[in-house]
Amino acid sequence: MTDRRGAVGLLYVAPALLFVAAFVIYPVFDLLRMSLTSASLLGGGEFVGFKNYLKAASDGVFQRALWFTVKYTVLITPILIIGGFALALLAAEKSPLARLTRAIVFMPVIIGLGTSSLIWVWLFDEQVGLVNKLLVDAGLIHQPIVWFADGTLGLWAVVVSIVWKVIGYGMLLMLAGVQSLGSDIFEAATIDGAGYWQRVWHLTLPLSSRTIALTTLVSAIGSMLAFDQFYIMTGGAPRGDTFTAVYWIYQNSFIYFKLGYGAALSVILMLIIFLASAIQIYMVRRASRA
Amino acid sequence: MSSVAEPADLMDAAAPRRWRPASYLFAAVCVAVIAVMLFPIVMALMASLKTGADAVAVPPHYLPSTLSLENYAKVFQYQAGLRVYLFNSLAVASLTILLCLALAIPAGYGLAAFPLPGKEVIFLMLLLGLMAPYQALLTPLYRLFSTLGLTNSYLGLAVIHTILQLPFSIYLMRNSFEALPRELAEAADIDGAGSLQTLWHIFLPAALPSIVTLVLFAFITSWNEFIAALIFMNRENGFTVPVMLVGVRSGHFGSVDWGAVEAGVIISILPCFLIYLLLQKYYVSGFLTGAIK
Repeated sequence: MTDRRGAVGLLYVAPALLFVAAFVIYPVFDLLRMSLTSASLLGGGEFVGFKNYLKAASDGVFQRALWFTVKYTVLITPILIIGGFALALLAAEKSPLARLTRAIVFMPVIIGLGTSSLIWVWLFDEQVGLVNKLLVDAGLIHQPIVWFADGTLGLWAVVVSIVWKVIGYGMLLMLAGVQSLGSDIFEAATIDGAGYWQRVWHLTLPLSSRTIALTTLVSAIGSMLAFDQFYIMTGGAPRGDTFTAVYWIYQNSFIYFKLGYGAALSVILMLIIFLASAIQIYMVRRASRA
Repeated sequence: MSSVAEPADLMDAAAPRRWRPASYLFAAVCVAVIAVMLFPIVMALMASLKTGADAVAVPPHYLPSTLSLENYAKVFQYQAGLRVYLFNSLAVASLTILLCLALAIPAGYGLAAFPLPGKEVIFLMLLLGLMAPYQALLTPLYRLFSTLGLTNSYLGLAVIHTILQLPFSIYLMRNSFEALPRELAEAADIDGAGSLQTLWHIFLPAALPSIVTLVLFAFITSWNEFIAALIFMNRENGFTVPVMLVGVRSGHFGSVDWGAVEAGVIISILPCFLIYLLLQKYYVSGFLTGAIK
């Protein structure tokens, strides 16, 4: 009976399994195979061994792109975590204003990354952009800044846009974490005379450490895969200074049609992400058992 | 003053006095945060309502000098016409929703209601899509789709969006089916109902909120997705809305028509906002489930 029910159950799971096999597992193996060939978009491709990987190891642009992606990730993640935590504290207050703040901070999360990038590339435009207008009006600068002519300024413009776009994500995760802590312990601390900031520092923060770690990983993985915002806002300019890893893979695979080489770069990126995801899943499983 | 405390006085007594300046500070911070978060969208809306010339004025103005729908008219007539691109986006999103429902509901049911051999291994396999970033798989997928004739097709792009959305959908359905009381399924068994009938008459109605969440997320993912749409729909008439907007922005005639770009931005944001306003409850709960995947 159990065997038969198990078989019936398998039947229900089979379509999804087949889908994953065809569109995730098979492509992963095909990617590995392609990375060892000189394939181009027109098909074919000789087996070239590890030539593509050796090329990647000496590809200055790829290394610069990978390094730039890491720089972007290291820059934006702490801002998202600290900002998200601060907003979670704000949103956790019991007041209608806090609820409104929460709803509005979360709003940009649901719009597209492409769409938000189009808003921000306009806001940062050196001529018609309102960021320059605001800075001039506030007397902070005298001449409009040409944001995207410089790799560092361009990076900051993207960071601002992404913080706006995704900070609500971290806020909501950490808010859920904060709210799951229960109020007993906080009431006890209040009765013992602990002030608000003391409670935040000694209770909320340490008790949220897992949520914070999880949010950090989610954010870091997302940042390592950045593409849309740079494609739309900087276009890799100036001089390829703002190419990210995915952007360089895209260029090689779909602009230069070096599929084999693009595949090798993808494998390298996938290994990095795989490692981060494995840590994430391990952490979540530990957290859900606790 | 009467000797009986008014409710307001009671609340004052309960809150320590030193909190009062803090509550002004709290309000000020909230208002500042709200202002910063709303600024880009409100300004994009304002720019979209300017006249074309007003929208590219240097230096810019915050508000339109005269209200005009000129930019919207321009976006509607862009290339093949906005209607074509909206249709493309909606067609791909609808197929994505259908695929996610068709795969995730049975999978969730199979995992939740049956004694599957190797259940956890199967579950992990189904979540593999989470660990292999689709950005890295675009090259082999492109080759596979070329063979299958799925490039430049709604179904092809929908398959990619389903890859993105399936792990979440399965996780969601499994969880919500497992949360149902065991007796439901057992009662159905005694009645001699087939497993398909049990799914249809008992599990599905009970899991309706999760299905709403699944549909919402599949729609938003598909509607907003950019890089795969850029690569797989490379014919002008097949563009989805985000890709078309980037086309408006790169401006075929030299200077960028920012008014038209922001009008397009507002149009593409609209469905997301409507969903958020109407179905916030589903959205937020689904979001939290997904994040803990």
